Amino acid sequence: MSWRRFIRRAWWQRERAREIESYLEIETAENIARGMTREEAESRARSKLGNRTLIQEEIYRMNTMQWLEGTWQDLRHTARILYLSPGFALVAILSLALGTGANTAIFQLVDAVRLRSLPVHDPQQLVEVRIAGGNNGMGLNSGLYGHLTRPIFEELRKSNRPLDQLFAWSPDEVRVGRGNDLRRANGVSVSGNFFSALGIQAVRGRTLLAEDESACPAARAVVSYSYWQNEMEGRELDSATGLVVNGEFKQVIGVAPPNFTGLAVGQQFDVAIPFCRPRELRRDVFDITVMGRLRPRQSLERATAELGSMSAGIMEATVPSGYSQKTLAGYKRFRLAGKAASGGVSWLRETYNSSLLLLLGITGMVLLIACANLANLMLARASVRQHEMAIRLALGASRARLIRLLVTESALIAAMGTALGAILAQIVSRLVVWSLSTTTNAIYLPTQLDWRVLLFTAGVGALTCILFGLVPAFRGTRGKAITAMKSGGRGMTAGRESFSLQRTMVVAQISICLVLLAGAVLFVRTFRNLMRFDPGMREAGVTVAFIGFQQSHLPPERYEWFKRQLVDEVRATPGIRQAAITSMIPLLGGSWTHGIHLGAQEGWSKFAWVSPGYFETMNIPLVAGRKFSESDTEVSPRVAIVNRTFVRKYFGNADPLGKTLRTVAEPNYPATTYEIIGVIADTKYANVRDDIPPMTFAPASQLPPKQGWVAIMIHSDLAPAAAMATVKGALIRKHPEMIVTGLDFKRTIQDGFARERLMAVLSGLFGALAAILAMVGLYGLISYMVARRRGEVGIRMALGAQRQQVIGMFLGDATRLVAAGLAIGTLVSLVAMRGAASLLFGLKSYDPLTLVAACALLGGVASLASFLPARRASKLDPMITLREE
Amino acid sequence: MLQGTLDMLILQTLLLGPAHGHTIAHVIGRRSEDVLQVEHGSLYPALHRLEDRGWIASFWGTSDNNRKARYYRLTPAGRKQLNVETSRWERMVRAISGVLRPVED
Repeated sequence: MSWRRFIRRAWWQRERAREIESYLEIETAENIARGMTREEAESRARSKLGNRTLIQEEIYRMNTMQWLEGTWQDLRHTARILYLSPGFALVAILSLALGTGANTAIFQLVDAVRLRSLPVHDPQQLVEVRIAGGNNGMGLNSGLYGHLTRPIFEELRKSNRPLDQLFAWSPDEVRVGRGNDLRRANGVSVSGNFFSALGIQAVRGRTLLAEDESACPAARAVVSYSYWQNEMEGRELDSATGLVVNGEFKQVIGVAPPNFTGLAVGQQFDVAIPFCRPRELRRDVFDITVMGRLRPRQSLERATAELGSMSAGIMEATVPSGYSQKTLAGYKRFRLAGKAASGGVSWLRETYNSSLLLLLGITGMVLLIACANLANLMLARASVRQHEMAIRLALGASRARLIRLLVTESALIAAMGTALGAILAQIVSRLVVWSLSTTTNAIYLPTQLDWRVLLFTAGVGALTCILFGLVPAFRGTRGKAITAMKSGGRGMTAGRESFSLQRTMVVAQISICLVLLAGAVLFVRTFRNLMRFDPGMREAGVTVAFIGFQQSHLPPERYEWFKRQLVDEVRATPGIRQAAITSMIPLLGGSWTHGIHLGAQEGWSKFAWVSPGYFETMNIPLVAGRKFSESDTEVSPRVAIVNRTFVRKYFGNADPLGKTLRTVAEPNYPATTYEIIGVIADTKYANVRDDIPPMTFAPASQLPPKQGWVAIMIHSDLAPAAAMATVKGALIRKHPEMIVTGLDFKRTIQDGFARERLMAVLSGLFGALAAILAMVGLYGLISYMVARRRGEVGIRMALGAQRQQVIGMFLGDATRLVAAGLAIGTLVSLVAMRGAASLLFGLKSYDPLTLVAACALLGGVASLASFLPARRASKLDPMITLREE
Repeated sequence: MLQGTLDMLILQTLLLGPAHGHTIAHVIGRRSEDVLQVEHGSLYPALHRLEDRGWIASFWGTSDNNRKARYYRLTPAGRKQLNVETSRWERMVRAISGVLRPVED
């Protein structure tokens, strides 16, 4: 046997036929020469040759590969069978595609967010240094990845213990370009050894070195590969290549490799800039992440223990000034600890951990339903095919050959389902990443098709097919084939017990499906509750403008005057109704707390410094006292407005107006006494989920530090994008040096519900798909029961049964199955949903309305799925069915 | 005919020079004085097998009476194979005749 011959077997076949033809001609000629007639000569020649067909078949067999031929035959045969029963094929393939696709997609994400290691040198050695238990909100906490201060890092670096190659970084949104052509980019400030400690080589130029850490401002930068490709057109670097970052020119000295996108999972860095040394490092800004490498044979526990023993000294050396003694005592008690960082650090991981695991569970259940469907389909088919198998056996097919045929069938279904599943997986994972990304926070997650999961789930599906297709197909053929042929699927009635396995599976499917649906309803309602929640202030039509005017070179004492000027300019822009300054934008996750004293009472409150008109802009009603006015200035007495929660918490029923509060000293915020002049209604603060905290508002003009930037809340009739464009245009025309950016307030708040949107979209999707699968399963079972009981239905109808009675017979059966499924499902939901309680908003996990809705939905669809085949049974013509017997 | 001997006989026949199937069958018959009657049909699968193994090669030629016929010739590998098979056969014959030798008292 040779491949060459196998491939050219048709040619050989012709060649041999010609050869045999030539033999016959020669022999015939010789026979004629011996004096025979032509017919006699030909027939003698043929008989001398022997059986020509047998000879050619023997040669053909030599040329073929038996197993290959057989498999090809099986495949063609299977494809034909599937083509002849498209309903079966479609449902089987779709079930499998759904199970494999959903699981693969979600696993890919879990893998990308949780499991995958960083593309750096020896990631398992990486350890992140944090303050055990966090810093209790002390000082300024910036960004999602800020855990330590620069002075703490410097102390650690100086000690060169206990970790090797200590490095630090801090993500920071930057603006690249000049004037009106400013683009937002993901910047990252890094210690000079950042790239070398991670073992990352530049693909162009060089990465940063320890020497690049210089006095401020830093002069050099390294860009990411994608930024270089997309924003710098991949031009080769020379000494003049550079970017204007936040108004300062940086020479671009290198490009990072394509696979390195930063240490934060889900976020890409664009520009890396080395740390610079200002005249004095601030000691109260927790904005950097510190990492190092374990030394050989050093364990994480030992590193943590060493960090702990060093902590007291480090904290003593880096203690910030301007805080109360109590806060400082707390600072000195901070303990540093190590945390494994081989997977990078991830805000995504911390935020989406439970959501992704829950989704993985949901997809697992979808796989279960899909497999139950496959099993049911195969069972139904196999029992129909008992007759066929018996005939095949009787005709001489070997048992092994039949098993091969059935295995091929399962494999073909599995292969087609898997192929479709792979496509589905890509769609679903893109959908998830899309649904997590928001306008202000683009998420970058490379998700490759995960073959391990795809093959695993496909394997589970194929095994289900084979197990449930093969076993019952042979159940009836173990004895004499003739018995099976006689009884093959032709009973007048079919006992209930013969469906027991299928019935169990339908009940299981319905109960799992109810759990998924109830979950989906909970998540959809959670999302709806969040979207509709009234935080107590205006959201729609509000735009937030951030204006930086450091480049205007005003003396700090003119800042207040200039800010008021800016607000007036914004108000004068056509289409703008109201505008006001605030030091703290509500509902976007930020928080600003000060300790306060009310006489002898100690407490805390959220703080914001706002300009007159703020409460009108945000539509927050005043309930007592007065609002701020233009006469509350830098030099006038300090005044404050508090919210109702503040009053309730610190004054009870007493009248707060005229009382005073004194803030606790902090750096740049000396202790100050404010007189309470008004009370406003309660509003939500950092986000809509949290309880309302006590809040204090003071006039923006009385904000202690002089800042060269300002945030203005703008209420406009225009769409936020248009309002922003108008305001920006007007301001830039007058002050071209200013940096003006903006965001749509309502949209940004709703972007914060990305997790809830994800859960609502995906659980809804999977719930719906599970319901479809379960309904197909139920429909299939009832149809199958109808088909098996045709004879019985015929007799009943011939004896006078009415159509309703026939329908009732099948519906009653279906109802029992559905009711059992719903009952079990309800119990399981009640237990399962407790685990999801933390992801819900505005409703309890045992929400009765949700369960009733899910049951009603499923029950409704289920009755339709069983009514259709039952009605078909009632339309049978008794004469025809009886004659068939 | 004994299993495997047909291949040897065909190779031996081709030692005399290229021949087509019809000739090979007749030569074997004649040289064995019609003791070994080859069923002419069974020759073709055997030729196919031998060619597949590379012991013989084939080409289309014209027969004595001017007809197209497929001719076979021995390849060097076939020559070697013939040696192997002949010596194996001779060993077999010696062994069998040894067993069949009249018993000497």
